[in-house]
Amino acid sequence: MGLYATTTRRRIAAVFVLLGLVALPWGMRLIGQEFYVSFASRVLIMALAATSLNLVIGFGGMVSFGHAAFFGAGAYCVAVLAESGVTSAWLAWPAATGVAAALAVFVGAISLRTRGVYFIMITLAFAQMVFYLVVSLKTWGGDDGLPLLQRSAFGSLNLKDDSTFYFVVLAILAFVLFMLDRIAHSRFGRVIQSIRENEVRMEALGYPVFSFKLVCFSLGGALAGLAGALMANQAGLASPNLLHWMQSGILMVMIVIGGVGSVFGGVVGAVLLLVCEEAFVEITPHWQIGLGLLLLAVVLWAPLGIAGLFGWGRNRE
Amino acid sequence: MTQLILEQALNGLQFGLMLFLLAAGLTLVFGIMDMINLAHGSLYMVGAYLAAEVTQASGSFITGVGVAMLGTGVLAVVLEVVLLRRLYARNHLAQVLATFALILIANECVRIVWGAQTLMLNAPDALSGPVRIGGFLYPSYRLLIIGVGALIAGLLYVLVARTRIGMWVRAGASNREMTEALGINVRLLFTAVFAFGAALCALAGAMLGPLLAVQVGMGESILILAFVVIVIGGIGSIRGALVGSLLVGLVDTLGRAMLPAMLRALFSPEVASSLGPALASVLIYVLMAAILFWRPEGLFPARA
Repeated sequence: MGLYATTTRRRIAAVFVLLGLVALPWGMRLIGQEFYVSFASRVLIMALAATSLNLVIGFGGMVSFGHAAFFGAGAYCVAVLAESGVTSAWLAWPAATGVAAALAVFVGAISLRTRGVYFIMITLAFAQMVFYLVVSLKTWGGDDGLPLLQRSAFGSLNLKDDSTFYFVVLAILAFVLFMLDRIAHSRFGRVIQSIRENEVRMEALGYPVFSFKLVCFSLGGALAGLAGALMANQAGLASPNLLHWMQSGILMVMIVIGGVGSVFGGVVGAVLLLVCEEAFVEITPHWQIGLGLLLLAVVLWAPLGIAGLFGWGRNRE
Repeated sequence: MTQLILEQALNGLQFGLMLFLLAAGLTLVFGIMDMINLAHGSLYMVGAYLAAEVTQASGSFITGVGVAMLGTGVLAVVLEVVLLRRLYARNHLAQVLATFALILIANECVRIVWGAQTLMLNAPDALSGPVRIGGFLYPSYRLLIIGVGALIAGLLYVLVARTRIGMWVRAGASNREMTEALGINVRLLFTAVFAFGAALCALAGAMLGPLLAVQVGMGESILILAFVVIVIGGIGSIRGALVGSLLVGLVDTLGRAMLPAMLRALFSPEVASSLGPALASVLIYVLMAAILFWRPEGLFPARA
């Protein structure tokens, strides 16, 4: 795999997509389908979560199977804070990001001592610990999850309005993607991608490989926490499903369908998966067979995902 | 108190031996082909459903178990030849995703064939009563599970440690290329190991069916436990799988039974009643993380 690089053409395309997404609520209002604005927020939040995992797997080369822990930690953090009266987004969202980051530092510091399969399994084990701890705590709602009675207060903006909430989510996602594109081209991004390609060589060149990986892992965890905070707001609930290992699996599916190691891979995968789900559930309740077959096809014939099919995101070798 | 501990220890042993049936196949697949198979739990689920269906139709539990093992073994051969073979050379991410896709497909197929409701699988009538061991009563069906589990574990030990096929399997797990160079058909060997592992899965599913619910998604929860077992034991090692399953079975069962009572001695009842179950359910994951921290290759690494 080559290093990540964007071209001017791709940047222009990204700006057009962004403009299209900005116009979406008005478009929906025009055709009277305002329900889909809320759905679009959910898609964008999942896109943010998948992007955060792509940073860890696609750029850092660390196949983490426990990303749901950080996603869920962010959601529960916002819900627990709201329960105790802290409803300001300016406090709750950074707190959720911070809690998820701290958890990721802890999990990463232990897990990154292992390699390959063992890394996959130990991250899964930590995620399962978080899942069972949260589910068995009755004060946090147990199996039912912790409801968030109202969306966070965000300055003078009224997040209860679905369109306003959508714009806030879109702004955050766009900012994160912009920063990620910068990071991928930065010295840190180059080093972390080189570690993915050849860890021993980078170690021999004198780079502190462990620290670089830990920073990358924690940054991914922090962004997942932010996505979780938004998800709790969107759904009005911090659900244990967000912590379930199937959630980690779904996030992985998204980035593989979209494109591992491409900045927009997570977004493409999340949009494709959730829109397909929404469309096919109407037709048949057994759409998961279709999803499974699609996933198999991607793994067997398009290992770099949609991004790979179109040659986005990577230097040609 | 000792009676309670003894009874729970037997339950733990029974659960551990059933976990071993799953972990044995998983660890060999993992060890020889370096392949992560998340769909192993789906084979367990298919086995349980087949057993329930055939037992109901034929009225004989033994027929049900036999057909389930055979049917799941055949399904495994088909899966291996058609799909899994293509994944051996791929990275772990591709394997995780492809077998994750298989879980989705298997769950949905089972839902189409058998519906979403929980299926009933009853233990044979002759074994429905309890038996007296020492000073207490213990369900005879659970004793049968312990017996079958111990028997299979013994057979597997002889097969792997004392026969030529077992030698090939061990050789394949410790160095696949060298084994191939010596003229062993590792590909064929692997198809056989995979089918055998699937049949053991089906046996576990059929035996646990009367104790746990036969339902969609039953494979996933136990799959994670089986992975915990083989990671603790060391990937590719049958001995490690046995020690790991017994450890996980006992720690989990005893933890759930004892921890709340032990915490009550230390904390107030309210704290103990909420903390106890929480701690008990994460105990095995703490165990796994601790073992991986100090012995990153597991207790009995297959590759020296």
